[in-house]
Amino acid sequence: MLRKPSDPRLSNPKGVSEEGGALERPTTSITDLLVRLGGLAFIDAVALWFAYRLFSNGAAVIGGLVLFITLLVNVIFLFNGLYPWRWLAPGLVLLILMVVYPVVYMVYIAFTNYGDGHLLTKEQVVAQLGTQYFSGEGGATYKWTAFRSDDGRFLIHLEDEQGNTFVASKENGIRPATPELLGGAPVGGELPEQINGYQQLKRLQVLRYLGDLNKLGITGEQGPLRFNSLDSASIQQRRFTYDPATDQLRNNETGKVYTPKDGFFTAPDGERVTPGFAAVVGWRNFARIFTSPEIRQPFLGVFVWTVLFALLSVLTTFSLGLAMAMVLNDKQLPVRGLWRSLIIIPYTIPAFISALIWVGLFNTVHGPINKALESLFGISPDWFSDANLAKIMILAINLWLGFPYMMVICLGALQSIPSDMYEAADLDGAGPIQKFRSLTLPLLLVAVAPLLVGSFAFNFNNFTLIELVTEGNPPDPNGASVAGQTDILISYTYRLAFASGRGTDFGLAAAISLIIFMIVAAITIFNFRLTRRLEEVT
Amino acid sequence: MSTIRQRTATGVAEARPATRVRSVKTSRRIGFVLKLLAVILATLYALAPVLLILSAALNPANTLVNQSLIPEGATLDNFRSLFNSPQHPWPLWIWNSIKLAGLTALIVVAVSALGAYAISRFRYRGRQAGLLTIILIQLFPNILTVVALFLLLQQIGKVFPFLGLNTHGGLLLIYTGGALGFNTYLMKGYFDTVPRELDESARIDGASNFQTFWHVMLPLVRPILAVIAILTFVATYGDFLLARVMLKSTDQYTLAVGMALFINDQFNQRWGIFAAAALVGALPIVIVFLTLQRQLIGGLTTGSVKG
Repeated sequence: MLRKPSDPRLSNPKGVSEEGGALERPTTSITDLLVRLGGLAFIDAVALWFAYRLFSNGAAVIGGLVLFITLLVNVIFLFNGLYPWRWLAPGLVLLILMVVYPVVYMVYIAFTNYGDGHLLTKEQVVAQLGTQYFSGEGGATYKWTAFRSDDGRFLIHLEDEQGNTFVASKENGIRPATPELLGGAPVGGELPEQINGYQQLKRLQVLRYLGDLNKLGITGEQGPLRFNSLDSASIQQRRFTYDPATDQLRNNETGKVYTPKDGFFTAPDGERVTPGFAAVVGWRNFARIFTSPEIRQPFLGVFVWTVLFALLSVLTTFSLGLAMAMVLNDKQLPVRGLWRSLIIIPYTIPAFISALIWVGLFNTVHGPINKALESLFGISPDWFSDANLAKIMILAINLWLGFPYMMVICLGALQSIPSDMYEAADLDGAGPIQKFRSLTLPLLLVAVAPLLVGSFAFNFNNFTLIELVTEGNPPDPNGASVAGQTDILISYTYRLAFASGRGTDFGLAAAISLIIFMIVAAITIFNFRLTRRLEEVT
Repeated sequence: MSTIRQRTATGVAEARPATRVRSVKTSRRIGFVLKLLAVILATLYALAPVLLILSAALNPANTLVNQSLIPEGATLDNFRSLFNSPQHPWPLWIWNSIKLAGLTALIVVAVSALGAYAISRFRYRGRQAGLLTIILIQLFPNILTVVALFLLLQQIGKVFPFLGLNTHGGLLLIYTGGALGFNTYLMKGYFDTVPRELDESARIDGASNFQTFWHVMLPLVRPILAVIAILTFVATYGDFLLARVMLKSTDQYTLAVGMALFINDQFNQRWGIFAAAALVGALPIVIVFLTLQRQLIGGLTTGSVKG
């Protein structure tokens, strides 16, 4: 992809002028304009088709987003004053669609009850309720006879209790019978063996087609025709009528009136129509986190463990990493490069692989760790059932995963500490501990503090480790919550939204994500401040 | 601790009279031995799980119970069965991971290079604000918007099945979108270190902006392109959450999802095959890291993407 000039630093200016010197001001040439307009026309055509498809499939918000992005791209490429933005356009499109919009959408979801039982929009719920029917007193009942054509279409002859006869088909609905429709046979008389190519079905054949007949969806003016048995069929009535003007739903069978409340059509006596729909519920999700006992308790536990886990992870990995860096920093050590490369290996293995490896090694019954502990001390700890042991195991695994990284960055930082500082300290008669505490550590921290904060933020959301090692287990002892005892906030969110086996609660999951976001954002802003302040110091 | 003792010893030797030379020598020797011991222990600690996995992969027993450091009757059976397991298409999973990670890296490098060039070289209205926005957006890692991303793909998928849930197209969109902001910022920093005189002289010779970018800038910033490509590849390859949430069918899984579901607590019956898969899956990344250590560490410490 990249062209390779012999020596970029020297050859470029001239090389370029030879290859493409003709264009002086690229933004104003005619060909450039034509290329731009052609490209835009193509993009617009594709985007409009996309947007149209989205709109007609009920994804209006995303359709609008596509239109907005298209408009933006057009503006950027049509006005010469916005030239620099043309370079940013591809990234901008992706960022708006896949980052900005999801963030905004997430904030919106956090204020809704979106989740199991509330997955549909109100319009979808109304439409779905519109397909519910009941066999009411008003609906007529018929005796019926079916005819079938060779290509699999059906014609139904109906006779109601008063002796009125009708001919029904999928194509034409239900019409009063006429001799014409009956293929010349008289209305009310004996039914012919065949009507206009449709053969009358015998009782046994009808039995076979009964399911198909109901699936046909033959619908008259009052509602669909339902074949109840071999002898009777009836017109069904719509159970619900929705009035958009008053935003009320009426049950035609009972006469009850329902109004939308908290994502359900609710009757005055509190009875709800299911399914519910997604509705804005304000701060309720956040209020639940802080007031509802069955959420507040686990949330607090998860929160404390998340902070503790991230903090201890940074502390342990940094301590071991620093110690190893100080050892490896000794120039007398033979083959330093080799040691360094070997110790760095755990860091290079993808975390999802090493996490799973360690789960095997910690296996309570067969794992090598427990076998070793058994033969050495006669103990066999149950790493996965005891919450405290599970937490220790997670930290131990994370130490292995993380210390090489800390070692690498500490090595870099150590090498940047000027050696004359140590000589000066020696002259002042400083002891080793004193030198470490008042020289090495502060100077090192200046360099690595932002990375430590970054590591904290990373571990704060270290989903891969928790999910692959314990899946948040052991479970909540009271069984009241989906949050396990080793769950951190991000894995708790995941469980709420996707994997609890107790239904999904997108609203609550989004609300907790927002809280994590606030915390991580605060940490990162603090980190920026720290970096700048520390830069001023050095 | 031993480091300090050793260093003091050196310092003291220079500062004090020669009577102490012998004790300094012995303490230096003790320090050296302690350090060597520490290094060896740390290396063993770092490599023990890797060696165990290597041995398990070669062990025909395929069980955790029979795990030993040196396997009896070592064979490549476990590796062979990776390729002959219709229920668990390992080669396909690895290919899916490589495909997704490779495409993500390619797109991210291309798009963020374009953006970084503009931010680094042009002065225009909204530049500062745009840069700030990118940094702020990056505060929100896309694993936090996973709920919204899931619902977004679900909706898009109803209209365009190739970009919906359980497709690599949809996942690719998520990966590229999520990696763009930070990498553009990282690349812009590197672009800034290339002297402006170079592109100005190209401009004087009549090169267009794009020619300057293509022939002058890109060859000079190749190291950062490589670093960003590799780091993006590694990060995408290692993603578990997004792939787990978005992908539903076995033939679409990435290695991370497939491996997690394969082992699913059946360590004792599947340990050997798992170990073989772990080796095959980790090896490319480990090799890349070890050969490009020096170049990558700069990017790592700026990015702090892991650890």
